[in-house]
Amino acid sequence: MEQAYMEQGTQMDKGDNARMSSFVGAIAIADLVKTTLGPKGMDKILQRVSQQDQSISVTNDGATILKAVNIDNPAAKVLVDIAKVQDDEVGDGTTSVAVFCGELLREAEKLIAQRIHPQTICKGWRLARDAARKALEEHARDNAANEEKFRDDLFNIARTTLSSKLLTHDKDYFSNLAVDAVMRLKKSGNLDYIQIIKKSGGQLRDSYLESGFIMDKKIGIGQPKRIENAKILIANTSMDTDKIKIYGSRVRVDAMSKVAEIEEAEKDKMRGKCKKIIDHGINVFVNRQLIYNFPEQIFAEAGIMSIEHADFDGVEHLAAVTGGEVASTFDHPELVELGKCDLIEEVMIGEDKVIRFSGCASGEACTIVLRGASNHLLDEAERSLHDALCVLTQTVKETRTICGGGCTEVLMAQAVDKEAPSIPGKKALAMEAFARALRQMPTIVADNGGYDSAELVTQLRAAHAAGNDSYGLDMYNGKIACMDELGVRESFKSKLQVLMSASEAAEMILRVDDIIKCAPRQREGH
Amino acid sequence: MSMVYDEYGRPFIILKEQQAKARVKGLEAQKSNILAAKSVSSVLRTSLGPKGMDKMLVDPDGDVTITNDGATILERMEVQHQVAKLLVELSQSQDNEIGDGTTGVVVLAGALLAQAEKLLDRGIHPVRVAEGYEAACKVALDTLSQIGDTVEFTKDNTEPLVTTAETTLNSKIINVNRRKMAEIAVNAVLSVADLERKDVNFDMIKMEGKPGGRLEDTELVQGIVLDKEMSHPQMAKTVKDVKCALLTCPFEPPKPKTKHKLDITSKDAYDKLYEHEQAYFTKMIQQVKDSGANLVICQWGFDDEANHLLLQNKLPAIRWVGGVELELIALATGARIIPRFSELSADKLGTCGQVREIAFGTTKEKMVVIEDCKNSSAVTCVVRGGNKMIVDEAKRSLHDAMCVVRNLVKDNRVVYGGGSAEIACSMAVSKHADSVMGTDQYAIRAFADALDDIPLALAENCGLSPIEELANVKSKQLAENNPFLGVDCNQSGTNNMKDQGVFETLIGKQQQLLLATQVVKMVLKIDDVISMGNYQ
Repeated sequence: MEQAYMEQGTQMDKGDNARMSSFVGAIAIADLVKTTLGPKGMDKILQRVSQQDQSISVTNDGATILKAVNIDNPAAKVLVDIAKVQDDEVGDGTTSVAVFCGELLREAEKLIAQRIHPQTICKGWRLARDAARKALEEHARDNAANEEKFRDDLFNIARTTLSSKLLTHDKDYFSNLAVDAVMRLKKSGNLDYIQIIKKSGGQLRDSYLESGFIMDKKIGIGQPKRIENAKILIANTSMDTDKIKIYGSRVRVDAMSKVAEIEEAEKDKMRGKCKKIIDHGINVFVNRQLIYNFPEQIFAEAGIMSIEHADFDGVEHLAAVTGGEVASTFDHPELVELGKCDLIEEVMIGEDKVIRFSGCASGEACTIVLRGASNHLLDEAERSLHDALCVLTQTVKETRTICGGGCTEVLMAQAVDKEAPSIPGKKALAMEAFARALRQMPTIVADNGGYDSAELVTQLRAAHAAGNDSYGLDMYNGKIACMDELGVRESFKSKLQVLMSASEAAEMILRVDDIIKCAPRQREGH
Repeated sequence: MSMVYDEYGRPFIILKEQQAKARVKGLEAQKSNILAAKSVSSVLRTSLGPKGMDKMLVDPDGDVTITNDGATILERMEVQHQVAKLLVELSQSQDNEIGDGTTGVVVLAGALLAQAEKLLDRGIHPVRVAEGYEAACKVALDTLSQIGDTVEFTKDNTEPLVTTAETTLNSKIINVNRRKMAEIAVNAVLSVADLERKDVNFDMIKMEGKPGGRLEDTELVQGIVLDKEMSHPQMAKTVKDVKCALLTCPFEPPKPKTKHKLDITSKDAYDKLYEHEQAYFTKMIQQVKDSGANLVICQWGFDDEANHLLLQNKLPAIRWVGGVELELIALATGARIIPRFSELSADKLGTCGQVREIAFGTTKEKMVVIEDCKNSSAVTCVVRGGNKMIVDEAKRSLHDAMCVVRNLVKDNRVVYGGGSAEIACSMAVSKHADSVMGTDQYAIRAFADALDDIPLALAENCGLSPIEELANVKSKQLAENNPFLGVDCNQSGTNNMKDQGVFETLIGKQQQLLLATQVVKMVLKIDDVISMGNYQ
């Protein structure tokens, strides 16, 4: 019938068909990332399909995988979107959120088959979500007051996050690294101050935390390689030829001699500019743009170290770290805030030379130098470390933590199950389904580890029923254990966000009864 | 068929019969139009009411929208049929006028046409049907104003407004937090409303969405939120007692509009030009400084040098602010928008209490909040949610709720929801039908039947047995003579919509009936559809 009034090529799925297509799409996406969940999760290889660029990356990060996958199913797109948002908001739990949403929909499919109306399911889920949230909040622990304990918490969170990643073998080492870096930030939580530099060669364990700032650039020729008590001018200005910014101007001369004159004038202008810069009383000059040979030479003569083509982020970081400002005009040296640090020197990392700024004005800054055998390894290591850093900074802001290892999921499931019998009507069935979906999370984690998930999860449930509410999965020994003793902790914010945004998204997908797909836009060249 | 014979029996052609030209005539045309309209309204039918379902729409570029809003669904469906397009416009005009009830109006139009089809089958002329509908519509409108109730509210007692907004939000996904959302909508509207003149300026309400966080993190900011950041990373993040200059000229040397060339022929000229250029920058900054401003908001970009000079002179600045936003800031801060630097002066600056930059999440997403404005009425709703689609839908839903509140501010008469008003109208119309002579009687009765379709659809979407429920409610209304009885969608145990607190605005409902009747009349009067073939 719709063909009568819709554009050619438009597809319309109705009722059960629409629901089926949403379920299939969303569950497929969840299944795709499911195997990466948990400490024994597997990685994926992503290969780009374009003819020119067939580079690959190996990753375990849910958001990275989902971003890379080309998807045509609208419900699947919703899942990808929640994973992305989770990545932006908390940085970790991207796989969990997609998998949990998929599990909820899998349960919903069964309920729909029992002829329960989607709206009723939504209603039940909401009740269940509130119960789960309450349980989560009650279980959360706040150690912010006790610094030592809080550091332990952070360390444990970093360990938990990293345990599912490539860095798992050196997770203690890297957790310490990440916690040290984040603790330096104090409360500010500004990740800008932490810089990650990747240099292939060596092994992962050779990675280290460098206090201060490292810049992967070269010092100009003939300039000092080491400067103590550096006064740094950070600039964003053109140091080639200053183009004339007045619109419509051009050089037009009638004799060769005039060309020479103007060239000379240009040089004078540059010389003047360099002089103004030198007059700031600096001994280091860092520019975002190129520095041509001529000004470089002038700086060398004045004994000033100049660094060219520091990219935008580099300049901003350096400005933040050394307390200088990014200058573009040089007429008022007295007004320009110069950056300061104790020592600038060229150091070697592996084969490469980099510039190290140490003893910076702002002690918050630090650089993590990652070493590893291959670029793919380094990329994945950076992603993992970034996840850990994100979670840690978020935890510094929202200091509550909870148990990991599937403990909270079982705990929440239990709370929902307790609530369900007191609710009359079909909503209760939906609540039970919610609890089942929650319990699926530890099941998947156990499955990925190659353990008998049914056995473990039922044991876990029994332990919780007996009141041991800190029990979870010990994925290294394949049994259940007290998570407090093992030190498996997770950030409260991340878990809450997973719970809320996965159930919101599942609800959204469930409420749909029509899918209308407009004809794809005809593109040139296809 | 397009061939006619003149009085001498010679044939002549009045419409060229070609392959590319499609033509449908007479009853066939009406039938095909009605079919198209009915199928459009059948798409929306399941979205009606608090238990209505959502639609997932994929646009030609593959972007996904999930919504419950009738106007949005139809707009994004890209319908092609002419009459179906009429319905799309119908819901849009309801959206523009009222903002709510966009689904209802289309469902009603579809029902009216379905009834008309039956009458056409019985050989009643379409124009008779149209006239009958017209008469019936009048009766229904009268009934509406009779059963209409007024709600009293003041700035301190906003409860009735909140309840109405809640009714609107009931059918949307954000109904988890409907109380909070409704309060946001009411507060937003009331803070910009002029209660004496009964006017609401929607320009003063801004909507910003940021995926991330949870729905309940949605908040109303007294002030303006800009999705921008300070032009230089080291500028002050917070400015107090702001005097802001709103500029629509870039911080760059001016570009005259006449085409010109500036030739440099000598060293002197070159040097002079350079000096001149430098002077431009310092002069611009000086002019800003002299005016006493401590914040610059500019519609255009800054040159690097100008940017640094601003920083050096402790003038925080925001660049690339859109024209609409700039106007909003101007309204809120009482500033004048300044097109040229030379026109800067102290009296053209805007004032507000505080401007600050805030960051979200782990990525470097920043927003600038302008608070405590002189003309404090400007507000911004910052909508948060788990994903992009939910944020968009929440924005749409909030907008609907605000529209409803605005309508109440303009006209505080309401009718009760849950299909109660339709049932009351339907009874009045069918009573009136009996007193009418001629064929019109049938058309009027058909109108009453079409009105019944709304409560039927409501009951159907809630999983109730539609016919049974409608019959019950109808007989109850008659027995108790209480027009407030409707379909109990939330299974709360009472049919009395007044007790449940389900309101809709009277103008909204009236508009629905009027618009739907008009469109139906228009469709019925079409007896010939000639569509030009596509040029090959």
